[in-house]
Amino acid sequence: MSILNNWINKGRLKSPWVVHFDCGSCNGCDIEVLACLTPMYDIERFGIINVGNPKHADVLLVTGTVNHRNKHVLKNIYDQMPDPKAVIAIGACGLSGGVFRDAYNVVGGVDKVIPVTAYVPGCPPKPEAIIDGVVTALEEVKKVLGLTA
Amino acid sequence: MADIIIALIAVILAPIVGGLISGVDRKITARLQSRFGPPILQPFYDVFKLLGKTPMVINSWQVLCAYVYLAASMLCVFLFFMQSDLLLIFFVLTIGAVFLVMGALSTPNSPYSQIGAQRELMQMLTYEPLLILVFVAIAMVTGSFKVSDALAYPKPLLTQLPLIFIVLGYALTIKLRKSPFDISASHHAHQEIVRGVLTEYSGPFLALIEIAHWYEVIFVLALCGLFWATNLFGMLVLLVITYFLEIIVDNVSARMTWRWMLKGALSVGLVLSFINIVWVYTAG
Repeated sequence: MSILNNWINKGRLKSPWVVHFDCGSCNGCDIEVLACLTPMYDIERFGIINVGNPKHADVLLVTGTVNHRNKHVLKNIYDQMPDPKAVIAIGACGLSGGVFRDAYNVVGGVDKVIPVTAYVPGCPPKPEAIIDGVVTALEEVKKVLGLTA
Repeated sequence: MADIIIALIAVILAPIVGGLISGVDRKITARLQSRFGPPILQPFYDVFKLLGKTPMVINSWQVLCAYVYLAASMLCVFLFFMQSDLLLIFFVLTIGAVFLVMGALSTPNSPYSQIGAQRELMQMLTYEPLLILVFVAIAMVTGSFKVSDALAYPKPLLTQLPLIFIVLGYALTIKLRKSPFDISASHHAHQEIVRGVLTEYSGPFLALIEIAHWYEVIFVLALCGLFWATNLFGMLVLLVITYFLEIIVDNVSARMTWRWMLKGALSVGLVLSFINIVWVYTAG
């Protein structure tokens, strides 16, 4: 049983499938996320696949400003992902609401609605920063699984 | 008795070899796209991760369907390496595919799953007549539907059935859901119907379907291997060339619509197999 658990834990660290949700971002962060999938950065070499379905995903990448209209959608997508799962908030808007934080319809950061594992600041963040965010999130997952020394 | 032992070993080894083949597939695909690509063991990491996730199901039918699909694929490999009847294997294969569609159809509130299921049915409608023609052609040459007779045939079947092998190539591309026939579900970044027939499967049940798919890869490759059964080296060369061509076709072609698939694959497949069968009939 422990061998199987070892393999499952190894798989959890080596194959984070991401689903990408845009809470009304300006598209800046989104194209940087998609740039990670190009041959230039090739995140598939770390086992990361961009899936279109929260039911298959392990990591939720959220970009853009969460507002009162789409917070239910965000929560719904989060709830549809099977455990264990992680959330990465990307860009200034995802972190705090960014320049829109004082607007009457804006809730604030992603963490006002769902728990966030890692934050990637920037407007927009570079692809390197997004990859770094995934690595940070995996470190958190390691802590949860009790794999750190 | 020896047959059963060989078949059991094949059933145990098939997912390991199938997983490695799909790892190599992803690596070669990445190299063709100037990427570095994931490690060869990546499919195993994916499946073990999925096995460790919390099971989430829409209804209990899905669970049954995933298990039956896996069982049917395993039975296919088992029967093939038992050197059993090709027609029996064909029926078992069909049952597995039908249960996959049933599982997807059992979720009435999911339009993606419904579309995926209907497209999968279209795919079955395309590859099954081709597959049965391949079996009929093999039976015409060797005199029976038994795999053992095909293996015992003194000449490579490819010399008598070259066009039928091309037809099998079409059926193989559709069965393995590779471009341009990846219309019901597909891997990697194509996701316009969010993996269609697999939309509502998640976690451990998706892992079962992935393992069943590896069994099918092995079964389909074994079927191709029948065409050069006279020596092992020739068979290996044939399989490597065939699978490499599949990967090339997968990479150079875009996804097509199901109407195109039905017209293209069926017309080409039926004509080629008709010519080959008439040729075998007149020559033999």
